[in-house]
Amino acid sequence: MLSYILRRVLQSVLVLLVVGLVAFAMFRFVGDPIDTMLGQERTMEDIERLRESLGLNKPFFIQYWDFLVRAVQGDLGISYRQGRPVAEIIAERLPATLELAAVSGAFALLFGIVFGIFTAIRRDGFAANAIMTLSLLGVSLPTFLIGILLIYVFAVELSWLPSFGRGEVVDLGGWSTGFLTKSGLIALILPSITLGLYQMTLIMRLVRSEMLEVMRQDYIRFARARGLKDRTIHFRHALKNTLVPVITVTGLQLGSIIAFAIITETVFQWPGVGLLFINAIQFVDIPVMAAYLMLISVMFVAINLVVDLLYVAIDPRLRIDGKTS
Amino acid sequence: MALLEIENLTVEFPTRRQTFVAVKDAHLTVEPGQIHGLVGESGAGKSTIGAAVMGLLERPGRISGGIIRFRGEEISGLDAEAMQALRGKKISMIFQDPLTSLNPLFTVKQQLVETIQAHLGLSDADAEKRAVDLIDRVGIPNPAQRANQYPHQFSGGMRQRVVIALALCSEPDVIIADEPTTALDVSIQAQILDLIKELARERQVGVILITHDMGVIADTTDVVTVMYQGEVVESGPTAQVLGRPQHPYTKSLIAAVPRPTVKLHRFPLIAYGGRITGFAIEDLARSWPTDTSERGRALIEADGITKRFVSKAAILPSRREYFTAVDQAKFEIRQGEVFGLVGESGSGKSTIARMIAGLYPVDGGTVRYRGQDVTAGPMGVPDWYRREIQMIFQDPYSSLNPRMRVDAIVAEPAKHHGILAGDALKARVGELLDRVGLGAEAGLKYPHEFSGGQRQRISIARALATQPKFLICDEPTSALDVSIQAQILNILKDLQEHLNLTMLFISHDLPVVRQMCDRVGVMKDGVLVEVAETEALFADPQHAYTQHLLSLMPRLDGLSDEGLAVA
Repeated sequence: MLSYILRRVLQSVLVLLVVGLVAFAMFRFVGDPIDTMLGQERTMEDIERLRESLGLNKPFFIQYWDFLVRAVQGDLGISYRQGRPVAEIIAERLPATLELAAVSGAFALLFGIVFGIFTAIRRDGFAANAIMTLSLLGVSLPTFLIGILLIYVFAVELSWLPSFGRGEVVDLGGWSTGFLTKSGLIALILPSITLGLYQMTLIMRLVRSEMLEVMRQDYIRFARARGLKDRTIHFRHALKNTLVPVITVTGLQLGSIIAFAIITETVFQWPGVGLLFINAIQFVDIPVMAAYLMLISVMFVAINLVVDLLYVAIDPRLRIDGKTS
Repeated sequence: MALLEIENLTVEFPTRRQTFVAVKDAHLTVEPGQIHGLVGESGAGKSTIGAAVMGLLERPGRISGGIIRFRGEEISGLDAEAMQALRGKKISMIFQDPLTSLNPLFTVKQQLVETIQAHLGLSDADAEKRAVDLIDRVGIPNPAQRANQYPHQFSGGMRQRVVIALALCSEPDVIIADEPTTALDVSIQAQILDLIKELARERQVGVILITHDMGVIADTTDVVTVMYQGEVVESGPTAQVLGRPQHPYTKSLIAAVPRPTVKLHRFPLIAYGGRITGFAIEDLARSWPTDTSERGRALIEADGITKRFVSKAAILPSRREYFTAVDQAKFEIRQGEVFGLVGESGSGKSTIARMIAGLYPVDGGTVRYRGQDVTAGPMGVPDWYRREIQMIFQDPYSSLNPRMRVDAIVAEPAKHHGILAGDALKARVGELLDRVGLGAEAGLKYPHEFSGGQRQRISIARALATQPKFLICDEPTSALDVSIQAQILNILKDLQEHLNLTMLFISHDLPVVRQMCDRVGVMKDGVLVEVAETEALFADPQHAYTQHLLSLMPRLDGLSDEGLAVA
């Protein structure tokens, strides 16, 4: 087991290195940061000096190597735009994104699984068909449109919920949380729904089709023949067997909730890393972009590792020591 | 009083266009301690009777007439909740495939405990104790330790014992066993049937044993009911029905059972219900290049072939662990003969076939074809050799690509090898489909439109498309009904005789092997323990394992010989 985890970690490091290489190769095409950093009053000497001091005159792989060497020592560089350490800026913004992702992920998972089971068991019922039809909206409408729609209904017309920002936050040793104040919690509702709706639909449809498949299996028929109650059969025997594919997709989706919260954060002016990244692109703020991309890759890789470990926890057939005797 | 009485049972499956009657006016009674066999071919409605008794008919099936009584009380009209209380508690069921009957994600103990608690309401500790007792009672060694294992950690036979333990959780009065041994090896089959017999005798459980296997019926049951297309055609004490069958269907069914004792030239075909499709071998033989001059010379020589599979992967070769599937097998297959390979599952029969076909590279030894080494090349077996050999697989469902039309399936080998193209290929495909009794127009359909037996004919047509010299048949009839099996085996015999084909015939079914093969090799745990002429092997087996296998073979002495004489 330990060697398995070790092997996976090594693979992950390789993935990270490749992601970084691709990222640095691309930065040259985003624009020249010097243009935006120096004002109108600039001389060629200024430009050359700044380029020299930022190391931008070197080939991209050398820049990449320098970035890696410093990153290993915990130094992610200084933001060109804000002039502050990148690590500090990200640490400031990350809690907002992670809290949003956690809430919308939980929302997607909870409702996705519950609705999935419900629509599978009551396959021909009116409610099940209604949910299935409505869920099409969740996949077919773009995220920003859903966000604007929700803002219009709940913030503008009904004035129930705030339309932007995180509300009041409490600082817990460097981690600013919105979970502890009423306004913080209320502010989470609309962005979480916006961000999680698509994932919820996806999970729901996946659980439904997996569940229908599992319900046809012999062991479900045999469980019925043993006289077990329907509830036991559905929630114990069938649900657990649907989990492996659901976890695969959920893991990938959780990663993309974090990575692609950009649109939702823009719509709701949510002060997270997504918004930070958009601003960094506009300013060609290479240190921030590099740090953000590496951070997202680390998260994807970590989530995938957790997913693989969960497989083993759920399915005894994957346990390496499970020898047939 | 009878435990279970079924009177005038009719089960219907209404569909939009028509109502399909799966069971019609069936009668059946089970007394305590009695094993009642229910026999018939697929589609005869025997499993539907079992499902109807359990209240587990698949939608939209429903009981449209008749009464099912348990201990004198009607149960056919009970609501879902009352039926659920009865299921598993008073009437239990065992399914065919122990591999899929158990939930793979729960330990054996968890599944037993939940069943015990659902019926008896015991505390956790008591239920666990009872679970271990049950595992012990069905004959699984180390019950306390094995209870905590998962289903995949048990072998097939042990898993079926677990299934039986689950069926026994609350001491049921009736057990419905639906093909309980069909997926098992013959030695495991004997053990499971003994266990069922013991249950009936010692605990006075009434058993309905649903099977298509006449050998199981003859050895195990007290009473037998024969079904044909939803109707009971004959019922009575087993010895009487099998020995002196009255109904023409029963007679023809019994005649089609391969006998272990006599070798017949051809299998008698079931002459009831008009299901025989002809096979025009003589026409095919006219255009077939046959050369009998080398008959009897070695065609295939397997010289010490070995196959190892990695059982534990590791980066360092020294730390890998291997499982030897075939260990230095040495035999020859002579031109024009049918060479049989028998053995239990996992004994390496199919691995040998795959090595000869070039699907697996050999890890040791050589295969020679007409004296030429075909395994030495770096790219696997040479193309000219592949053209000379073809394979017919066990499962006629998964061996045909469901997205390809039948004419494309049959044409593929000939097309791949560039033997024929265009109109000539089309003509060959049409001719082959015609000759195997499907008709050229069958080429326009897709595999799912055919029954199992018809699909196996498609496989045969495909195998013949390149005009091969050597045919490998890997359990070609184990998925088929006995009457269909007889037809397919007759076709294969015709092929061998008229087209001078050489065959490697793999089977676990000894009576079939006796009918089909000229010489037989016996496999055990990857080792070829004995090779002999078929008649000599059956009359006087040399190796202890061969003797053991033959002793497990159902003797079928009580079966009527009527109908065999015509062959």
